[in-house]
Amino acid sequence: MNFRRFSLISVPYLWLLIFFLVPFLIVLKIALSDTAIAIPPYTPVLDPAAGWAGLKEFFSGLDFENFTFLTEDDLYWKAYLGSLKIATISTLLTLMVGYPIAYAMAQAADEWRPTLMMLVILPFWTSFLIRVYSWVGIIGNEGLLNHVLLASGLISQPLQIMNTPTAVYLGIVYTYLPFMILPIYSALEKMDTSLTEAAVDLGCSRGQAFWLVTLPLSRPGVVAGCFLVFIPALGEFVIPSLLGGSQTLMIGKVLWEEFFSNRDWPVASAVAVVLLAILVIPIILFQRNQQKQEEAGR
Amino acid sequence: MAETNPQKVFAPWEDPTAVPLIRFEAVTKKFGTFTAIDNLNLKIYRGEFFALLGPSGCGKTTLMRMLAGFETPSEGAIWLDGQNVAPIPPNKRPVNMMFQSYALFPHLSVWENIAFGLKRSDMPKDQIGERVQEMLRLTRLEQFAKRKPHQISGGQRQRVALARSLAKAPKLLLLDEPLGALDKKLRQETQFELMDIQEKTGTTFVIVTHDQEEAMTVATRVAVMDHGKLIQVATPAGIYETPNSVYVADFIGEVNIFEGAARRISDDMVEIDYAEGKAPLRAVTSEALAPAQKVFFAVRPEKILVSHQPPHERANEVKGKIVDIAYLGNISTYRVRLETGQMVSAQMTNAKRLARRDFTWEDEVWLSWTETAGVVLTR
Repeated sequence: MNFRRFSLISVPYLWLLIFFLVPFLIVLKIALSDTAIAIPPYTPVLDPAAGWAGLKEFFSGLDFENFTFLTEDDLYWKAYLGSLKIATISTLLTLMVGYPIAYAMAQAADEWRPTLMMLVILPFWTSFLIRVYSWVGIIGNEGLLNHVLLASGLISQPLQIMNTPTAVYLGIVYTYLPFMILPIYSALEKMDTSLTEAAVDLGCSRGQAFWLVTLPLSRPGVVAGCFLVFIPALGEFVIPSLLGGSQTLMIGKVLWEEFFSNRDWPVASAVAVVLLAILVIPIILFQRNQQKQEEAGR
Repeated sequence: MAETNPQKVFAPWEDPTAVPLIRFEAVTKKFGTFTAIDNLNLKIYRGEFFALLGPSGCGKTTLMRMLAGFETPSEGAIWLDGQNVAPIPPNKRPVNMMFQSYALFPHLSVWENIAFGLKRSDMPKDQIGERVQEMLRLTRLEQFAKRKPHQISGGQRQRVALARSLAKAPKLLLLDEPLGALDKKLRQETQFELMDIQEKTGTTFVIVTHDQEEAMTVATRVAVMDHGKLIQVATPAGIYETPNSVYVADFIGEVNIFEGAARRISDDMVEIDYAEGKAPLRAVTSEALAPAQKVFFAVRPEKILVSHQPPHERANEVKGKIVDIAYLGNISTYRVRLETGQMVSAQMTNAKRLARRDFTWEDEVWLSWTETAGVVLTR
């Protein structure tokens, strides 16, 4: 291999090495350590001055104690399951909201599409934190929604949406909607319109044509969108902690509490490593889907 | 033995009692302010292979999409087999279409593509299999039944599209530039295949094309369109030999046009003064002409004889100089500049080998043709 090609390829790998693999190894190392009241708050710490003996001592200090602990306390697996459940349900909700929007965008007149696309991307111009936080002002007990509903006489008691799973679903669907819309839109948009015409010509109603042709052909977009929502939603921390209150148990929140409230870095790291291991499966599936799509889309 | 009638020629359009399969009645189609089809009347008969020919934007595709049901006429009516099709949606019409892009379903196999329409009909399941097999045999695709569309060649995809649109045995098959995506050699083979299949199935075909050669090859009748109007509807020979306008003559093949004032010299003969000081051109025409009316005389290059000496036995002789020779193997086209400055093309078959060719550049030659070689056109 010549040098230029090698150096070109090495850039992204170097990037991943420095910003992913090395930090991951550090986290893994902390996960295998024990808590200590010290700075940093774990032991052992590698002492390069001690030479061979120091290295030996360092490795003998590492164990899987924290991972065993995760299996013993049911808080953790409940939090993992809770996260999986919330991520799955909110992915399905996002799909149900996002597909019609993407479909309408793909059907819209050509001159409208850039505008519609812009509207989908526009929320990214505001901070994610502010956008999630503003929901507090809308769905809170003293919030906009309750004000309007109370004033109109539709309800006599304020609706309790804040600090419930509903609020978390609302937050996730709202935040991740563009990640669902864009891949589905791009799948629908490049679809030849004569395909649905051909289906109708061969005897399908509009509904059948959608079900038999449009939907199967947009599948790669749907799969990509679902993964793009599911993967970050699984580790989501900001939305459940801002909108979900103490009721919702999600692993991201547990992780944060272990790290900052308990200052138990080793257990927090173990939680993070397991979360990553869980995420590897959907990420691999996602990669496979993308690859297949590329092969099919020659 | 008493049978003296020759085999009847297929020409229902000449029979006033024949009932057309399709009838366009004063059909107009407007998109906003743009008139795509302008008050059009047309009859297409059962068993015809009818070609709609014209440049892009002439309305031929709109005409076809109205037959399929994807567009509805703004005014007028379309009758199919005695039924006004206006209220019938495309999925209920006994009409199928072969799309220009083929529109094969990429997620379905060849077999499933062909079966797609049949599964939407009320045909029993076991008959669907038989029908698909029949279609695969007709289009010679048996060994590709399990492949996906992206795993077969362009020519095979074209045949799948044809098989799929024929599977439901429609009364009318519409073909939108069916051979446009194929290379020239394959296209010529496929043209004959199309004609063969059309004959075997007896289905009425309406083909849209911008390729005049294709239209001439496959069609029983050709409709030349321009700006939403039918300019001429006739058999390929009729279109070529007796075009009704300069537009048609020029659109179909190559033609030389002489412009001038016509003078009737006998019942069927006119003289056309095309240039001052030159002998007038003589042509046979039955066209009713006003005295000194401006006419166009159109003569095809292959009807013109090139010679070194004036042949004298032909009605029209003009003198010129060879400017260009296009050698095409079987024929040569000579571009000759007349003394008036006009360029005229003449075609001669290359009966002799190249080494003994009679004419070369800058040769003074005579071009001649008979009085029946060309047509006199008034528009």
